[in-house]
Formats: sequence, structure tokens, C-alpha cells
Amino acid sequence: MSITYLEAIREAQAKALREDPRVYIYGQDVGAFGGAFKATKNLAAEFPGRVIDAPISEDAMIGSAVGAAFNGMRPIIEMQFADFSTVGFNQIVNQAATSFFRTDTACPIVVRLPCGGTSGSGPFHSQMLETIYAHYPGVIVMTPATVEDVYSMLLEAVMIDDPVIFCEHKYLYYHLKADKLPTEALPTGKARIARAGRDMTIVTYSAMLHESLAAAAELQTEGYEIEVVDLRSVKPLDTDTVMASVARTGRLLAVGEAWPWGGVTAEIIARVASEGFGLLDAPPMRLNAKDTPVPYHPNLWAAHRPSAQTIASSSRNLLRM
Amino acid sequence: MFETVATETATASAERDEFVRMFRFMLLARVLDDKFATLYRAGKIHGGVFLGRGQEAVSAALGVHLRHGDVFAPLIRDGAGRLAFGEPIIDAVRTYLGSPLGPMRGRDGNVHRGRPKEGLVPMVSHLGATISVVTGALIAKRFKGEKDVVGAACAGDGATSTGSFHEALNQAAVEKVPLIMVVTDNQYAYSTPTSRQFACKSLLDRAVGYGVEGHAVDGTDAIECLRVMKRAVSNARSGRGPQLVLAKLLRLCGHGEHDDAHYIDAKLKQSACGRDCLKVAEEIGLNQNWLDHAIVESWRAEAVRDIEEIVTKVQREGSPDPFKEEWSAISTRHLREWHTGADAP
Repeated sequence: MSITYLEAIREAQAKALREDPRVYIYGQDVGAFGGAFKATKNLAAEFPGRVIDAPISEDAMIGSAVGAAFNGMRPIIEMQFADFSTVGFNQIVNQAATSFFRTDTACPIVVRLPCGGTSGSGPFHSQMLETIYAHYPGVIVMTPATVEDVYSMLLEAVMIDDPVIFCEHKYLYYHLKADKLPTEALPTGKARIARAGRDMTIVTYSAMLHESLAAAAELQTEGYEIEVVDLRSVKPLDTDTVMASVARTGRLLAVGEAWPWGGVTAEIIARVASEGFGLLDAPPMRLNAKDTPVPYHPNLWAAHRPSAQTIASSSRNLLRM
Repeated sequence: MFETVATETATASAERDEFVRMFRFMLLARVLDDKFATLYRAGKIHGGVFLGRGQEAVSAALGVHLRHGDVFAPLIRDGAGRLAFGEPIIDAVRTYLGSPLGPMRGRDGNVHRGRPKEGLVPMVSHLGATISVVTGALIAKRFKGEKDVVGAACAGDGATSTGSFHEALNQAAVEKVPLIMVVTDNQYAYSTPTSRQFACKSLLDRAVGYGVEGHAVDGTDAIECLRVMKRAVSNARSGRGPQLVLAKLLRLCGHGEHDDAHYIDAKLKQSACGRDCLKVAEEIGLNQNWLDHAIVESWRAEAVRDIEEIVTKVQREGSPDPFKEEWSAISTRHLREWHTGADAP
């Protein structure tokens, strides 16, 4: 038996609905249709009245989730695409995220963002938005890269008392498979050494983990041992694990699929440069998508985001410094 | 025959009691607002002061029809409705003065206050954003099987232009929640007249578009406000879905106390729309023999005395201490981050 990243999302939601009467799912087409990507397939039938089609009103969807959370529920909101969450941005960052600080009332909502590029999806169905949410105080931002993590972290997200932005990567939906669902998991807030090495550290998350691992495998044939750190969540960001890895390797490349300006990769570099400057044998580097909207055509799309090839190439440059 | 007379008498007496209750909240809110204005002019309040002068009737009429267990998302001019809903005077004073003992503990101020767990939704400055929060609270109550509850949200004419307002009202109608949406058209959004805010003949027409029941009311007429709000709340409570109430009146103050409101049309001030609802309410009460001058003055004096006592108490409570702040925006302790650069502890 094997289970995909997407099926793991569905299974986590089924488990949450089964075990916790406070959970309900609200989003466009999530009901009988089962969601645009089928992440809620058959859940409406299995849990009548708890998997609800929402009008195309991202603002009101999030606002209602906040009100329900104040009243003891644990809503999971599915944004059809991460890109559309910008319509509900105000509710997330000004209502949900300010609640605990302002009123001492936690706001346990989970907002699922199907994010990231797949070839042919274009500028409005491909965005990576973890940076803009992580910028705001008051939210947890998860960026699972594996089947095991997407399952266990979604279950953990439902249990967390604070708003969770759950960035699930669409490119991994069907491509990524595991033999079975995990029974135990690393807690959120802890990064994972996805591959051990001594020559250089790549810090990454989400789909870029797999591109980075492919780059590391390629570089191994050239005699380099690359350590790859999977952040798992970008907020909180496990600086300790990153710093310990850089202490071992002396070189840092931060890789992200989001846009470069002020992003997660910039944050990693800022932390390492300010708190671990003496650990570095070379300037810390980063690799991001190009600073343009995400293009539609496969040729352009493939060149827009980092890939195993460009990560390997950047790594070679850094290794030679 | 006798039975009909008896019922009519009982109804009249119930209305008198409701009216008197509402009037006292209107009066209390006005006295409290006057105190905040005085404190503002004396430089005792940080930031702005926003009054509900002229809007007490519609706000209090809503508040007196809400019960414990209902949900209420007031907007900036709903001091009267807040008091009627049960918000203690001291919550308002502590928030305006930034007391560490208040519900917002100096972390937010003035009208941005509430107690989410007690059904009082704390407003954010983004207009229309709390309407869907009320809908969500009502969805939660439906899940939990709570019966006979309603939720109310307030907005002004300006807020009706926001996407949040539209999304929320449409959503409330789709979800068939018992929401009372009160729109108080006070002729100006800050300085912008309604001619620059919407082009429909009446905002009430929007009720048809959303598929909800609509009610228009003269917001300067307290008894009319009381009756219309009673009907709207009762409709929502009995399962007839969202109710849109449109109250027309004139804002009798600036947007905030920093604003002299010089832009308000003099003709509007002279019109029936520019009447002071508190004076009108007092006249109605006197004409009906529900009030007399002496009792109104004794209530006013009592309100002044109570508020003075509370302000004095709160002024002794001190200020929030930045060195005792936790400076964390999330409740989950093990997920708090301290790697924030130079200010990390």
C-alpha cells in the first residue's frame, strides 16, 4: 500500500473530524464535490453537516472561522488556492492573528493553503505565500515537505490554540508517496536533518526539499557531502538546528520557492549572519524564484523557480569560495 | 372584551419598561461620552476618542433586546448598545485610560475592546470585518445545539461600501444565521457624504439583493427604534434568518474628538434627521408620562457620580509595564520564537 501527500491531507482531516467534534471544514467545493484537488473526498458523506461548501468569499470564510473558534470550534478553512487567501488576508492578519495579544483569547483556526507551482498553473494559481503570513505576529506557518509531515503536522495544527497557516505544496500532491502514515512525529518547531553532510548546508522547506536532495545527490558524485535541513515550519523557525548545521559545515545556502525580497531565505541568512557569523567560511547565499509573477509556460515556469540543477550550480559556486 | 383591554395594557406596560430601560442606557452612554471628551481635552487619554452622540437610540434599542448568550459586534458609536448588552462601564474606562486591569490591558485602546468568550466581539478598525465573526459564532452555536440565540453586528454607511460587508451579509444569508445587521446611516463617513459612498436610492434596497428581511427606522425616534429593533431581533430569534435594519440619523459630533466636523451641512443639522435622539426620547417619555424631569435629573446625577467614581478608581490603577510584558502574540508557549535579533531576551 502507498499513500500520497494529498491522500495524507485527506486522512488527517478525516481523523480530526472523527476524533474531535469541534472540527469542521469550510471552503469552496469541499462538500459533496470533495474539493478542487479532492482533499476532502467523501468527507461530506462520512461527516454530514461538518464539511461545508462556502460562497466565494475568502474574507467572510476566515471571519466566520474566527467567530467559531471564539466559541469553542476548531475550523479548518480550505483556500482553493493559496493565491486566493489574499482576499481573506485582512481577516487572517488583523483579526485572527491579533486576537491573543489584544484580548488574551486564543484563536484556533487552521487555514489550508494549496500553494506553490505546478507547470501550466500561471500567475494566480502558483504562489508561495509563507513569507507574508510569517511576517505578521500571531500566526504559526507550517510548510511540510513529506507525506509523514503533512499528515502529522495537519493533525497538530488542529490541536494548536493559535491560527495556523498550513502551506501544503500542490506539486507534491500526487508525486510524493509513502508506504504508510506515521504513528509518531517530530513536533512543529523542530527542523529535521534530511541528509547529513559536512561540506555545506542547504536550508530549505516544502517542495524545494526534494530539489535540494536531488542536487545533493548530484554533488555527491562530484565528491561533495551536502547537509540538507528541512525547516518543516518557517514560523517558528528552528534557528538552533540551522546554526548547529552551519557550525559543522561552515557554508550556507538557503533555498526557497517564494520570491526573494525579504523572504524566509533572507530571514535564515540574517539569523546566521548575526548570531553565527564566526561559523561561516564563506558568505551565506540564497536561491529563490525570480522576482516576477509565476509564468504559465512550462519552459518559463521551470526556469522561474529553483531546481535541482540551479541549486547544484549555486552550491558549486559556494563550495569553491 | 376585558381580555383584549388587559392584553393591551400589559403590552403598553412592557413597552414602557423597555423604553425606560433603554432611556437609562442612552443617558448613561451620553454622560460617559461627555466624560471621555473632557478627559481627552485635558490630555488624559492617549490616542483618539470616538463618541456615539446622536446614535444612542438605535444602539441602545438593539442592546436591550439582546440577551446573555447572544453575540454582539458593536462599532465605534455603540457605547449605549454595549452598556445595554452588559459591558461594564469600567471596561470602557480602563480601555480608554490604558489600565493593565482592563480587558485590553493597554494593548489596544478606546473603542477597540471586547470579551470574545462572553459574546462581545472586539472591533478591529477594518470596517465590516467583524460581521462574519458574528456569523461564525452563530454557526458554532448551531453546531453546539444552542437554541434561541441571535447575533448582532453594527456598521455605518461607510462600512457598507467594503467588500467585507458584502461578503459577510451574503454569507449570513446563505448560512441562514440569526444575524441582525444594523446599519446606521449617519450621513458622513468621517467627512465623506453619502453621495460619495453609494449610488442606490436607499441602503435598505440591499436587503432584497441579499435575500434578507429589511427594516427602516428613523434613528432619532427612540420609540420607533425600540419597536423596529424588537421586531428584527424577534424575527431572527424565531428562525427567519438575517435581518437588515437601516437607521437614518445625523452624527452629532466629529468622527473623533480631534475632528470639529465643520463639513457637516448646516441644513442637515436643522432638519428632522439632525434631531438629538436623547432629547427626543426624553420628550416622548415625558409626553407618555413614563418619565418626569426630576427622575431624569436624578438618573443623570447618578450616572455622573458612578462614572466619576470609576474614573478615579481606574486612574489609580497605574499603567502597563513594558518590562513585565511577555511580548508574545501566540498563546502556545513552546512555539514562541525568541530569535528576533537585538531584542531577544
